[in-house]
Amino acid sequence: MKQTSLLPFNQKIKLKLQDISKAWYFVISIIFIYIILGVIDFTKALESLQFSASVFIKIIPVFVLVFALMAITNYFVTPKKLAGWLNKKHGWLIAIVAGIISTGPIYMWYPMLQDLQKQGVKNGLIATFLYNRAIKPAHLPLIIIYFGLAFTVVLTIVMAVLSVIQGWLVEKIVDYF
Amino acid sequence: MQNLKIKRLKQAVIKASKGIWNAVPMIICVVLLIGLLNVLIPKSTYSKVFTNSIFDPVIGGALGSILAGSPITSYILGGEFLAQGVSLVAITAFIVSWVTVGIVTLPAEIVMLGKKFAITRNAISFVFAILVAIITVGVLNLL
Repeated sequence: MKQTSLLPFNQKIKLKLQDISKAWYFVISIIFIYIILGVIDFTKALESLQFSASVFIKIIPVFVLVFALMAITNYFVTPKKLAGWLNKKHGWLIAIVAGIISTGPIYMWYPMLQDLQKQGVKNGLIATFLYNRAIKPAHLPLIIIYFGLAFTVVLTIVMAVLSVIQGWLVEKIVDYF
Repeated sequence: MQNLKIKRLKQAVIKASKGIWNAVPMIICVVLLIGLLNVLIPKSTYSKVFTNSIFDPVIGGALGSILAGSPITSYILGGEFLAQGVSLVAITAFIVSWVTVGIVTLPAEIVMLGKKFAITRNAISFVFAILVAIITVGVLNLL
């Protein structure tokens, strides 16, 4: 961890700017792409923006849910306790269940996972959590309609089992390099 | 005691707010990219990339990795592919990689969870999407 409090003011500002620019550079790049598209085909740019706006509206409730969950977790569970639970033998099971019951887009969970990662939760468990986000109880009826009950049951079981192997592999590779 | 609880609650809310705020630029980015992809690539063109060969699961996995959005869209598209004669292994790889691999979300994942983790996880998830597809269809054939 950087000891920013010991740095001179101008360096602190420089570090702050570096932190901000890293993430916002991506936003500026995408806006630039939109501007280029707008010049080439204004209707398509407007359609893309409208679609993005509809996605934003859809994810607002998930934003609120993730925020509430993070606040509750921060209040009731100490970072050490949570990392301890997840790092125990049944941590894999917790990661699977948490992945399945978590809602909304994957990127909404990055702040919480980043927190857990900083608290020492194994990368493998985070990978397992992310993999199990593919299994959504609310989506199962739709998969059954399109692909049948047998397919849905087999796919769900195969994914849950392989998610642990996938998590284990991610952990080994990340630790190795 | 009450003051301590309020202080802890305040700290919990501030910490959560910071976490969410850090993710805001990346979320904006991902959503704007999803909007671009959805409008620029018509859905009818997706099924044309399948070749009815052994490479179809890889193509399915790759297509699912590039595209983003609600998993519901992947099931609907998968259903359309099935009706057009695309193999179930390719469709399974497509719907699994849609959720587990994210090219669009990769920059966000790198910033939030680290480059090594994000690249390793996405690469392994891509291979596993094909593996899951082969195992699932293999088991279904045995039943």
